[in-house]
Amino acid sequence: MANLTLVQAVRDALMTEMALDPTIVLMGEDVGLNGGVFRATEGLQKEFGEERVMDTPLAESGIIGLALGMALNGMRPVPEIQFMDFIYPAFDQIVSEVAKLRYRSGGDFKCPMVIRTPYGGGIKGGHYHSQSTEAYFAHTAGLKVVIPSNPYDTKGLLIAAMRDEDPVLFMEPKRLYRSLKGEVPEEAYTVEIGKAQVVRPGSDVTLIAWGAMVPVCLKAAELCEPRGADCEVIDLRTLVPLDEETILESVRKTGRVVIVHEAQKTCGFGAEISALISEKAILSLEAPIIRVAGLDTPFPYTLEHIYLPDPERVALAVGKVKNF
Amino acid sequence: MTRFFDERGMLLQRQGRIGFYVPSFGQEAIQIGTANALKAGDWVFPSYREPGVFISRGASLFKMLCNLWGNRSDVCKGRQMPNHYSFADLKLFSVSSPISTQVIQAVGASLASKLRKEKDIAITYFGDGGTSENDFHTGLTFAGAMKTPTVFICTNNQFAISVPTSKQTGAARMADKAIGYGMPGIAVDGNDVLAVYKATQEAVDRARNGEGPTLIECVTFRMGPHSSSDDPTRYRDQALYEAWLKRDPIQRFRQYLESKKLWDQKQQDILEKELKATLADAVEKAEAEPAPSIETLFEDVYSEMTPQLLEQKAALEMEQELRGKFENTSEAFPL
Ligand SMILES: Cc1ncc(C[n+]2csc(CCOP(=O)(O)OP(=O)(O)O)c2C)c(N)n1
Repeated sequence: MANLTLVQAVRDALMTEMALDPTIVLMGEDVGLNGGVFRATEGLQKEFGEERVMDTPLAESGIIGLALGMALNGMRPVPEIQFMDFIYPAFDQIVSEVAKLRYRSGGDFKCPMVIRTPYGGGIKGGHYHSQSTEAYFAHTAGLKVVIPSNPYDTKGLLIAAMRDEDPVLFMEPKRLYRSLKGEVPEEAYTVEIGKAQVVRPGSDVTLIAWGAMVPVCLKAAELCEPRGADCEVIDLRTLVPLDEETILESVRKTGRVVIVHEAQKTCGFGAEISALISEKAILSLEAPIIRVAGLDTPFPYTLEHIYLPDPERVALAVGKVKNF
Repeated sequence: MTRFFDERGMLLQRQGRIGFYVPSFGQEAIQIGTANALKAGDWVFPSYREPGVFISRGASLFKMLCNLWGNRSDVCKGRQMPNHYSFADLKLFSVSSPISTQVIQAVGASLASKLRKEKDIAITYFGDGGTSENDFHTGLTFAGAMKTPTVFICTNNQFAISVPTSKQTGAARMADKAIGYGMPGIAVDGNDVLAVYKATQEAVDRARNGEGPTLIECVTFRMGPHSSSDDPTRYRDQALYEAWLKRDPIQRFRQYLESKKLWDQKQQDILEKELKATLADAVEKAEAEPAPSIETLFEDVYSEMTPQLLEQKAALEMEQELRGKFENTSEAFPL
């Protein structure tokens, strides 16, 4: 066991799996000599050489198109997009190509790859270094979307993603990169993709979150305790495929739900969960489902702490559903 | 002034008074040389590393500093990171973080001038790394095909964060790329302000006379870090850096002026004192400005607020009444 930060767990997962699987190659901007702008690939080029850890030209569509070509020719690429805000030049390659290749070729071709990308706010990144746009990608059939919230899951999910036969978008909450540490086994292990986790059991209200909003919900649950609401917190860990059973089971128990995400509210992934619950568990509901989400505005710089959901805002929403 | 502004920006960041800064050390001759070859009516599409272009065009130092704080008097109302200026009245286009998006946009602006038979041209700036993005290729492809009055300035400072130009392209020179798009490509010494000025002047004249676009590669060296979050010693060859330090464009121009007896130490001292005083004054005023108000979060998303935005604004105001002050838990993070 080692006590690692989340970004160290990313590095550890890459290191561990690359040693086991020689077809894994990393590529991206500044991932080689510089070890990535967040140091997620620190020292990996030294360990595995320039052919397995490649600094590419500055072009995201190029990085993903390149990865697709390599994937169908026997490699396991793990491309990094430096910030999720810069994934859009590659949107066409991801949405039209990577996600659809298996289907459009009738299973003739496949392109397993893990697209790693740091996402989210709370780090004074302003407009273009803070966004959380998982919904665009969850809306794309053929792509899995995985978002860890702690070091243990990060390593296990990333290794599982690298062993998956399908392309995975692996979103790393950069706000948590160094803000929390956790025990991480030294050997390779996997955490199953598509399984949520109840990270805090409770009986009154279900809080559903992923990535950087999980610790926010845990803090909110602490605030709610003395105010008379016992919150259950679910960390989805994977948006696609979604673990419906864990969500529905909790809703059947509590009857009250608050969904929390950083992304703007309209058409955020919270809407999908809310629809799911009303389709499959409406009779269990005791109160309307509330979404605590980012505003329907682009991401601000100076006032980001007001834009982003925080424990107090979540606690206020819990109060509303509890006292409905 | 550009050098002083950058020094001050870095210092403010180190002192924790602003969150982030992108200096342009070593690239001053390119900014000043190109900007001075333009007319007031010309459009400018800069990257985040061109403070000197803004200053040369007469952008208010106070306003630029307000952007570093993202405060109430910041033109973009504290929505962007520092160094993302915008001055529509000076035809200085709003800076975007995503690399090279401005390249094709400059082509569009210059095409509009051409269609209206106006004489204004557009100039756009991007780095060596910027030449790899799609928008660079489409920009030059469209400009070449449509013969737009556009001047493309590639600041080849040898690095895209840590990635050296040798890993960015197989081309010997960025200027060589021009031929494929059907336009002239020129490489100039980017640390020689007069050479940059002359090359830009010629390209601007060509554009204005309807002869089409030009790509100018200004060869220089990034003498500072990529940004206040970067540590260049991780990837930069120290000897190379020291060699380039000796070619400091400001020192070079000063030596040239002194050798022609056009400048001396006394004039330098007076000028430095004056510039520093102006800057200090603007810093003091900018730092005193308060943060933007909460309403600004909802402004400018659309020309008018949608019903959803109005509802979210009302909800936030109610929440504020309940909670009082919002706690600021953001931590500035190395970007
Ligand atoms: C589309 C996009 N991808 C990645 C980044 C992250 N990034 C910011 S600056 C930079 C390097 C830019 O290098 P260059 O174009 O040479 O300009 P310089 O910074 O040297 O002025 C990178 C990769 C970005 N801003 N936008």
